[in-house]
Amino acid sequence: MAQLSYAFGARQVLHKVDLAVRPGDFSVLLGLNGAGKSTLFALITRLYSARTGRISVYGHDIEREPLAALACLGVVFQQSTLDLDLTVEQNLFYHAALHGMSRRAARLRIEEELSRIGLLDRKADRVRALSGGQKRRVELARALLHAPSLLLLDEPTVGLDMESRRFLLDHVRGLCRSRALGVLWATHLIDEAGEESRVIVLHQGRILADGAASDITQAGESIKGAFDRLTQKQAA
Amino acid sequence: MQTGTLAAPHTSLQYARCLNGIIRREALRWLNQRGRFISALVRPLVWLVIFAAGFHFVLGVSISPPYRTYIPYEVYIAPGLVGMIQLFNGMQSSLSMVYDREMGSMRTLMVSPFPRWFLLASKLLAGVAVSVVQAYIFFAIAWFWDITPPLTGYIAVLPALILSGLMLGALGLVLSSFIKQLENFAGVMNFVIFPMFFTSSALYPLWRMQQASLPIYWISQFNPFTHAVELIRFALYDSFNPISALVVCAYLGLFMGLAIIGYDPGRGLLARRGGGGD
Repeated sequence: MAQLSYAFGARQVLHKVDLAVRPGDFSVLLGLNGAGKSTLFALITRLYSARTGRISVYGHDIEREPLAALACLGVVFQQSTLDLDLTVEQNLFYHAALHGMSRRAARLRIEEELSRIGLLDRKADRVRALSGGQKRRVELARALLHAPSLLLLDEPTVGLDMESRRFLLDHVRGLCRSRALGVLWATHLIDEAGEESRVIVLHQGRILADGAASDITQAGESIKGAFDRLTQKQAA
Repeated sequence: MQTGTLAAPHTSLQYARCLNGIIRREALRWLNQRGRFISALVRPLVWLVIFAAGFHFVLGVSISPPYRTYIPYEVYIAPGLVGMIQLFNGMQSSLSMVYDREMGSMRTLMVSPFPRWFLLASKLLAGVAVSVVQAYIFFAIAWFWDITPPLTGYIAVLPALILSGLMLGALGLVLSSFIKQLENFAGVMNFVIFPMFFTSSALYPLWRMQQASLPIYWISQFNPFTHAVELIRFALYDSFNPISALVVCAYLGLFMGLAIIGYDPGRGLLARRGGGGD
């Protein structure tokens, strides 16, 4: 995305944001609550329409070729979007239909993705019966069903225990390596940005830093230290 | 498996799969929500069994098209009650869309790589499919209360049910795109459903209303629900009411256009209400 700005009425939420995620990138978008992360995601997924700036997904401009752009995207939203009264499998079939997949192809992909996250034996259970961590895993499987090239995750680990957080992080990092999947992982939990990640710091709608964790930290400084330094400098 | 293997959907088969998936989900939700299923049937039956029985001796309905003889009051209000099923169903699906939007599942639909107009139309058709099934279940039960239209009427009424269901569902879509919060939905009940129902020809013929109050008569004439009910009434008795059909089509076009604007990412409520989750 290039020079992306967005305002709700008089309130400017994003200021000239430039950002690119390459295939195989695991990019962590770090920002406090209210930094503009969800607005950015809403613009990339075309829930809102950008009035200034440009967004393209694998060469497809979101305004001029929205369908091709959306077909490349997999999204895990901040709020759970599963239908609690339907089974895991019914939820996934619904998503597959929304991408025009046949029942046969969908069934194969559902089994593949559910086995990968260790929930194949729960496919006939209602989502309501799953734990928070299991629901998140199902949402991840759902976002990957149509084999997207770019995966967006908006605060995917909020409310999860340490084990579920670790599982999600490791699983998604593994996907980046094995499938060359581009990942944009938005979070306010600084410890989710590992030393090997690319870190993008978003604060009050502006990008303050973008680079490998080692590039944005100073000698002996942790990522948390770098984040505090950058955001305080901006506030001053 | 490689990433990015699916291109943007473009074949009619893919469109059909998407429509089928949305209808299937709506049907599963309907069957899973027992309360909604039962109340949708009980509500019109209460009107038929209690209200109509009470008014049976008060209100007589003289011979007027499409009826060829004098008819008891129960027979008169049956098409209006079918309209009521569809009106409630349209509002119910709009309620579920407001709920979906608040709960976030509307986003799943909106990020599908199909055109937004197609997704909204599919959602609408899914709601209509459910309301048509409910209408036929009502007809089957009403048969035991001597509501016995000609057998061919049961077939002829199908396109009328689809058209009126689409129009009332589209109205629900418009409302869902402009209602900011779930709590505001109670207002819809008071300011949309009841006024539409009571100022229509569902409970009393328009000629009676004309005698009672001319302003209400004219409001009823412009009320889309009046024409939905008349379309159903005529079709059920093997007749066709061209004016009602035209009015229902016109309102369908109007409501659908407003719904598409309401869900447009640049202009509609999604953009205006502001703030994502962060």
